[in-house]
Amino acid sequence: MSSMEALLKDESTRNIRRLLKVVILITIAGAAVSSRLFSVIRFESIIHEFDPWFNFRASKYLIKNGFYNFWDWFDDRTWHPLGRVTGGTLYPGLMVTSGAIYHILRMLSMPVDIRNICVLLAPAFSGLTALATYLFTKEMKDESAGLLAAAFIGIAPGYISRSVAGSYDNEAIAIFLLMFTFYLWIKALKDGSAFWGALCALFYFYMVAAWGGYVFITNMIPLHAFVLVLMGRYSPRLYVAYTSWFALGTLGSMQIPFVGFLPIRSSEHMAALGVFGLLQLVGFVEFVRYQVPSRQFKTLLKALIFIVFALSSAVLVLLTVSGVIAPWSGRFYSLWDTGYAKIHIPIIASVSEHQPTAWPAFFFDLEMLIWLFPAGIYMCFSTLQDQHVFVIIYGIMASYFAGVMVRLMLTLTPVVCVSAAIALSNILDIYLSVKTPAAPAVGAPSVDERKEKKPRVNILSAGKDSIVGIYSKASRIAVVAAFSIYLFVFVLHCTWVTSNAYSSPSVVLASRLPDGSQHIIDDYREAYYWLRKNTPDDAKIMSWWDYGYQIGGMADRTTLVDNNTWNNTHIATVGKAMSSREEVAYPILRQHDVDYVLVIFGGLLGYSGDDINKFLWMIRIAEGVWPDEVKERDFFTPRGEYRVDDGATDTMKNSIMYKMSYYNYQSLFPAGQAQDRVRNAKLPAVGPTLSILDEAFTSENWIVRIYKVKDLDNLGRDHASAAAFDAGKKKSKRTKAGRGAQRKLRVV
Amino acid sequence: MPPKKNLSSTQTAPAAAASTTSATPTPHNASPSDPLSILGGILNTYSQSTPQRTKLIDAFLGFLVVTGVLQFAYCVVAGNYPFNAFLAGFCATVGQFVLTASLRMQSDPANKSEFASVSPERAFADFVFCSVILHLFCTNFIN
Repeated sequence: MSSMEALLKDESTRNIRRLLKVVILITIAGAAVSSRLFSVIRFESIIHEFDPWFNFRASKYLIKNGFYNFWDWFDDRTWHPLGRVTGGTLYPGLMVTSGAIYHILRMLSMPVDIRNICVLLAPAFSGLTALATYLFTKEMKDESAGLLAAAFIGIAPGYISRSVAGSYDNEAIAIFLLMFTFYLWIKALKDGSAFWGALCALFYFYMVAAWGGYVFITNMIPLHAFVLVLMGRYSPRLYVAYTSWFALGTLGSMQIPFVGFLPIRSSEHMAALGVFGLLQLVGFVEFVRYQVPSRQFKTLLKALIFIVFALSSAVLVLLTVSGVIAPWSGRFYSLWDTGYAKIHIPIIASVSEHQPTAWPAFFFDLEMLIWLFPAGIYMCFSTLQDQHVFVIIYGIMASYFAGVMVRLMLTLTPVVCVSAAIALSNILDIYLSVKTPAAPAVGAPSVDERKEKKPRVNILSAGKDSIVGIYSKASRIAVVAAFSIYLFVFVLHCTWVTSNAYSSPSVVLASRLPDGSQHIIDDYREAYYWLRKNTPDDAKIMSWWDYGYQIGGMADRTTLVDNNTWNNTHIATVGKAMSSREEVAYPILRQHDVDYVLVIFGGLLGYSGDDINKFLWMIRIAEGVWPDEVKERDFFTPRGEYRVDDGATDTMKNSIMYKMSYYNYQSLFPAGQAQDRVRNAKLPAVGPTLSILDEAFTSENWIVRIYKVKDLDNLGRDHASAAAFDAGKKKSKRTKAGRGAQRKLRVV
Repeated sequence: MPPKKNLSSTQTAPAAAASTTSATPTPHNASPSDPLSILGGILNTYSQSTPQRTKLIDAFLGFLVVTGVLQFAYCVVAGNYPFNAFLAGFCATVGQFVLTASLRMQSDPANKSEFASVSPERAFADFVFCSVILHLFCTNFIN
């Protein structure tokens, strides 16, 4: 025992431990990066999804035109008649980061294409996230728990899902910034140091520049401070840490044009301001309290605090009601009132990520961590220091948000990793005590060596009031072996999930042929490339907003609406055009200078994310603006079914979306047997006719169909009669030639 | 904070005695219903027990409060048209105030136990660092 003690205190052992720590962290970073590369290795190094295409385009703009032009960028190739003040409506952190990396690499004479930087940014930052989580957990417990947490977050699928290579989204760097800001906050609070508080504010500023989720930090830190005050744990350290963070951080966040005066004016930021005021008050009262040691005076002052606090809350409510302070924005409000978005803002509810999370998703994304998570929270309660309060609050809030919205699983994952690491390292601390045989667990050597010095062993047992000590080796081995197996299974699970669920670029669709070989369906890029090469440079493309960024990024053409859904009416206009009859749609198309209309159709391939399945949302969004002209009810059969076959309603059949999707589709099949593989419906024998649009391009598997908007008729007729006239002429010719009716449909 | 109490007890012994034995009526803070005497007591304790350097900091704090109030009053009277300019000026004052207050807390010998890792010199360096950042942000924000 004493020789072990001496060994642990020895300088060389300490060096070895340090070396081990570095090696473990590097290994974790390696694992984090390499487990995110499935999609790059399997497919190619491209940007996935929808949003990253805009980020990529903005990054390219930044590289090409420099920072100042990027800052003042007015983009006239999106939201066609309106344009978008891009510099003032985006979070520039991501683009500036990749731009900086690009220039640094060039300076080091390693000229790397900006695309590769964008693709590999998320894996690189996931390594940094592991490091930040290590530091954060180290503040909570000890280094061994830190290493475990780093290992967990390195491969946890809940985080990988948003940070695989090619997923060039804001979250790629935001989670690193989130964890690092929290680490700095804990550090500032522990030391009571304004320096760490200022660093925390600087990283908070970076976080504000990077992601709209900074509001989470803006509310977590004040909540922590507030709870500490309520627990009677106010200390000058809290004052120093919080005020230095708030003063610098708020001023910093206002430098981002997209945020602007929001920290003063919007309800999301009022908690921080309120707690700032409260801390001034508490600080002052504490100061006075130590000048006058009278109990009655103390109670008087306490009452004063409550009165002022209540008063300021009332003023806040008054300001909010009177409109000086903006109320909660819809996106945040829908987190509290979960039914709100569906009723009032269909555009928020229409995004699949904004749905509540199902139970299996938690196990799928976090495997064993999800059941270690409550245990870790419990252990935080049993060693309740200031920083543990933070983990508890963070855990509770993030669990709630993750339960409300699927995409917020992302903010839950770090705290789950931290808390699970605390729980697991407590277990290992006890069961891996001195006379353990070989330590089989991940990061076990350091765990093995660390626990000797720490008094933590006693903390757990304090509740049980029994002496810690596992006397039998067998029980130790059993527990440690069980947890090692869990850890191995965890690695297997994470790798499996990453490989199978989260590593498919949505730009190319992969399918398997019967012999097991892979077949790539590349219709998107085929169509976008067609647009890029075969249309005039200023052609305007109308599509549903989902594809706006991809068209802008890949086809490089002007779009009407895109994924930045800032103008609901404009989107509703597109929805109205899509869901109206030709006569109604044509003026809309003309008024918006639309040259091409693009629809996604998955009926031939069984690709379910197509526009017919999204059609109801277009109708709902259009109905929100023009309730008299577009009615959702008209698209359902009298029995309330949404059908595309013979039973479809006339409104459905006459909508240009339906016509564009199924135009000429029956010509692929023997007569009368046209089949829609997504809706599993047999289509009517006679396909729809289009008079205002010409089919311009249809991709190989009919996924993307592009139509050209016809010009006005030369003779001033409306398109329907012109088309009928043409058809009549051809019909008469054909009867002379004695052709069948089936041919006619193809020619028209 | 016990150290603080010790410090004040060197000057005002009766008060310290009162705090330790709460049952007996206190000699000069006896009646909380008399705010003037309480205020006088506070002032008295403050002027006696505060070190010179801390008083200097407090003077600066008072100056900042006056500046902030003046700016706010001007904003109320003349309107907030260049709102960013108002915010920059006002935030600079508020930020500088809280940073100085932090410095005051950190350098107060009574708080030594709270700030184990922050020496007064370190506290001053932190103060300079934070103030530089604050003023960079403010000058950028005022345009």
